[in-house]
Amino acid sequence: MANRDLTPAQRLALARHPDRPGTAQLIQGLFTDFFPQRGDRLCGEDGSILGGIARFHGRPVTVLGHQKGHGLEEHLACRFGMPNPEGYRKAQRILAQAEKFRRPVITFIDTPGAYPGLEAEARGQGEAIARTLAVMSALTVPVICVVTGEGGSGGALALGVGNRVLMLENAVYSVLSPEGFASILWKDASRSAQACEVMKLTAADLLDLGVIDQVIPEPEGGAHLAPQTLYHELDRALARDLDSLEKLRPQALAAGRYQKFRQMGANALRKERA
Amino acid sequence: MSSILAQRRQKLLAMKALRSSPHVPVHARQDCPGCGQSVERRELASHHYVCPLCGYHHPVSAYYRLSLVLDKGTFRELDANLISNDPLHFPEYQAKLEQARRKTGTGEGVVTALGRIGGQKVAVGVLDSRFLMGSMSAALGEKVTRLVEQAGRGKLPLILFSASGGARMQEGILSLMQMAKTAAALERFSQRGGLYISGFTHPTTGGVTASFASLGDIQLAEPGALIGFAGPRVIEQTIGEKLPEGFQSAEYMLEHGFLDAIVSREQLRPTLIQLLGLHRKGGDEHGQP
Repeated sequence: MANRDLTPAQRLALARHPDRPGTAQLIQGLFTDFFPQRGDRLCGEDGSILGGIARFHGRPVTVLGHQKGHGLEEHLACRFGMPNPEGYRKAQRILAQAEKFRRPVITFIDTPGAYPGLEAEARGQGEAIARTLAVMSALTVPVICVVTGEGGSGGALALGVGNRVLMLENAVYSVLSPEGFASILWKDASRSAQACEVMKLTAADLLDLGVIDQVIPEPEGGAHLAPQTLYHELDRALARDLDSLEKLRPQALAAGRYQKFRQMGANALRKERA
Repeated sequence: MSSILAQRRQKLLAMKALRSSPHVPVHARQDCPGCGQSVERRELASHHYVCPLCGYHHPVSAYYRLSLVLDKGTFRELDANLISNDPLHFPEYQAKLEQARRKTGTGEGVVTALGRIGGQKVAVGVLDSRFLMGSMSAALGEKVTRLVEQAGRGKLPLILFSASGGARMQEGILSLMQMAKTAAALERFSQRGGLYISGFTHPTTGGVTASFASLGDIQLAEPGALIGFAGPRVIEQTIGEKLPEGFQSAEYMLEHGFLDAIVSREQLRPTLIQLLGLHRKGGDEHGQP
């Protein structure tokens, strides 16, 4: 089936496909000279967020993304891409360095959500996400975010406060996983296909809603069938956006990002006479 | 003239607080979820809806809490007519909103206002858990953001009391985006020297915990309040075991380093007056010039 004919539920399946290029593959495909940075400098290292310094067309950039891994061992090591607070605090540290060394930031979003575990709560999952949002919102370097697979909930948004937000054609981005959504609203997690229809989680829907700026086309049948084609498309889009953002002054970059998110949901309001 | 206005404002807030009075149904007596004892409703009301036997804090409405903390006659509501517009045309959402508005007497799940506490002018917002569980809608995020921006412009201390079940499912991704919007506004406010006091009330979870509620300079909570990111049921399903007693309570969060203090409703106003005083630099203005 051609990409344009896929239903939202079919796109969700592609977004979760086990062979879909993850953050590690995207870094390898798009950058050179990658040096991974590890640890939050507080108590731990979280493999579900992969980040560090790399070169993009020769210039040093900071890269950061959710890492699901491939194969059972890797999946378990990074909890299927669901970060603990250490992951988000590592992200904050890496973002602060991007600011210090004036490196543009490129993030890849691919997570079902932050890990809902006992230790995660004990170490402040909510605070870790909130602080990451705050740090990212105030950066004065260019920030480009790409939703590459599953963008689920606050755990995804924590890496999503960009001057530009791109999204792969078959990726999904939503307030909660469709299963979680169906179980909250209808007390029935098996109605996830129906949830996909009403949630407006496809790239085309989100472009309409003004949540993302550009859809990156995928090879027919999904990104995993021809990753090189995807890297080529994504490389072009990133290079163009980075060129235009790098012309802006630091304060204009922060102000522009603020305004971009400031207007989110502006069409979802109305005034009623009191 | 101004005293007449102040009297009117006081009456208005008192009426709203009365109209939207707490969760407790209008029975003569009320069984306390804390100790199971039956308490006379009038007695409960005279104790700010805190059980006189065990100290259980019953949830209260936004207007009631405002009437509790603000100086008499200083309440001025902001953006009262800003409401949600059903952006995704979600089935049955309009009817749910209508019902919540009738039940609570507010247009959205947060009431924002200017007022004074111990004479200090403040910008204050209170989420109302009776309005679709205080869930984060675009309108709620917008009202909070406007309040933060107004506090920034007026160099006023900002106080937010949270109570929320998390995202407003019916607004989907636009609900999620309010987390970034409110966090960004607070970061700006903070960089310019603004004081933000965050108060967690029962329950504060999900996207509200993971955005504005957790970014306070000072973080307070009511005794026994449930505070967390993931809901207890989701965690139990994930780890496949029962959660320990008191997990995600205010007391647990204090122990784990996410709160400065647990403050009883009785002590709330005096505590705010103390904190505002400690940050006062003369005049109403806070923060850097």
